[in-house]
Amino acid sequence: MGRLTEAAAAALRLRARRGPLPLPFPREEDGTNGGASEAGEEKEAPGRRRRLGLLATVWLTFYNIAMTAGWLVLAIAMVRFYMEKGTHKGLYKSIQKTLKFFQTFALLEIVHCLIGIVPTSVIVAGVQVSSRIFMVWLITHSIKPIQNEESVVLFLVAWTVTEITRYSFYTFSLLDHLPYFIKWARYNFFIILYPVGVVGELLTIYAALPYVKKTGMFSIRLPNKYNVSFDYYYFLLITMASYIPLFPQLYFHMLRQRRKVLHGEVIVEKDD
Amino acid sequence: MKHYEVEILDAKTREKLCFLDKVEPHATIAEIKNLFTKTHPQWYPARQSLRLDPKGKSLKDEDILQKLPVGTTATLYFRDLGAQISWVTVFLTEYAGPLFIYLLFYFRVPFIYGHKYDFTSSRHSVVHLACICHSFHYVKRLLETLFVHRFSHGTMPLRNIFKNCTYYWGFAAWMAYYINHPLYTPPTYGAQQVKLALAIFVICQLGNFSIHMALRDLRPAGSKTRKIPYPTKNPFTWLFLLVSCPNYTYEVGSWIGFAIMTQCLPVALFSLVGFTQMTIWAKGKHRSYLKEFRDYPPLRMPIIPFLL
Repeated sequence: MGRLTEAAAAALRLRARRGPLPLPFPREEDGTNGGASEAGEEKEAPGRRRRLGLLATVWLTFYNIAMTAGWLVLAIAMVRFYMEKGTHKGLYKSIQKTLKFFQTFALLEIVHCLIGIVPTSVIVAGVQVSSRIFMVWLITHSIKPIQNEESVVLFLVAWTVTEITRYSFYTFSLLDHLPYFIKWARYNFFIILYPVGVVGELLTIYAALPYVKKTGMFSIRLPNKYNVSFDYYYFLLITMASYIPLFPQLYFHMLRQRRKVLHGEVIVEKDD
Repeated sequence: MKHYEVEILDAKTREKLCFLDKVEPHATIAEIKNLFTKTHPQWYPARQSLRLDPKGKSLKDEDILQKLPVGTTATLYFRDLGAQISWVTVFLTEYAGPLFIYLLFYFRVPFIYGHKYDFTSSRHSVVHLACICHSFHYVKRLLETLFVHRFSHGTMPLRNIFKNCTYYWGFAAWMAYYINHPLYTPPTYGAQQVKLALAIFVICQLGNFSIHMALRDLRPAGSKTRKIPYPTKNPFTWLFLLVSCPNYTYEVGSWIGFAIMTQCLPVALFSLVGFTQMTIWAKGKHRSYLKEFRDYPPLRMPIIPFLL
């Protein structure tokens, strides 16, 4: 499909497509959305700019300031450790409590989506937070031998810079005073940080594999009363494989957002 | 008799796609769709969504042109729903899969379990019973698809068949793997548990079938009329007093029965996922009933009496 005329573009497209994504389940048993919004297009409600209540605004502002501060503290702690010790060994151990606290606290973001004070879909937020929780609690916390791997530092750096940028972006947006460089950072840093973070995460999981296989951790074998089995080793292999379809989708989604937000480019989405 | 003119525009680009003149006032949307297909043969009627407003709801095939809020030159907006597949085809495919796949595991076809187990048979009676129940369930579904159900829509988007089959076939394989495994552990409370579970399963299968028959009888063949379902002489349909979608209630019940019978966690998970999906559908159906019928019985809940 080609470019829209300017009038049509102004009417239809010049807004960030941040509306809720369609549920994975069809709304009707026959697989349609009741005719209301086929092919994943949101309804264009009049007065689209969300009117947040005062309480929600205050809470979200507090939340985003707190998270910005938390990840800043993490960043400073990591830099200081490296400056004092000259090595990354022991770095994870020294920052793990702070990391676990702030990353776990981010579960609240799913609640924000559920109650509708943030326009992101619950599923998208859920996937994003879950993948972080998975790395922190089910990999680095649970598999101690890999805590001193270089790859851990790699993703920690990527996460820290990403989160400081992201949370300060939200904070300033809520305060209606967004400095251009924050917006610029949010929509440019990811170009490097996403791949770096992914590489760090994948290398860490890969390093953990031998320990998981040897100890059989988090696994259930047959026979057992509930006739189920689970092999954490194969689960990790599948998780690593799932990065292949998932990462490009997220990456290109961010690239499209970037083009719209920074360059005001009008893009007509393909019919889904 | 005044004829209408109908112009059809693309809902996204507002491009003029088709102009029909001398349209009868009592023409239906279905007839207009057929006329539109003549100029754009790649968009067969099933994949056309025509609406009065580019972002509004689709018009129904039965809607009559002169009854719509349009002038004598009507503007309709078109959206392509994408490739469509008949609902019957989807149902038959998604139900035939589990029937066949479960039997592969039941007969312990080679390369599933260790080679020493190839084509062996379980020594637990509950495993044989489970196979009968699972197979019966899907045979029932296939027969209902062919002979009982009367569908509101003829087609659904093509991508649904891949999504649906992955769900049904995937879960069927996962459950069947454990139930028919050489290391399967029979239920903790033995024959008592199995008997109770079988009773639940049979009652719910009969109930589900009764509801399907009652719903079929509500709607004459070939029509798309919608009426409030009410209990009939069949006691299984009395659940209509308490829920809008007792077919879903009975379906969840059947799978809970099957889970208790096999004491298999994957079955319980399948029941839970199915229950979640059916609750979403039931709530939607309940809402449409409430919107369409002023006198809808207030006691009814969507899927679980009094609760949900």
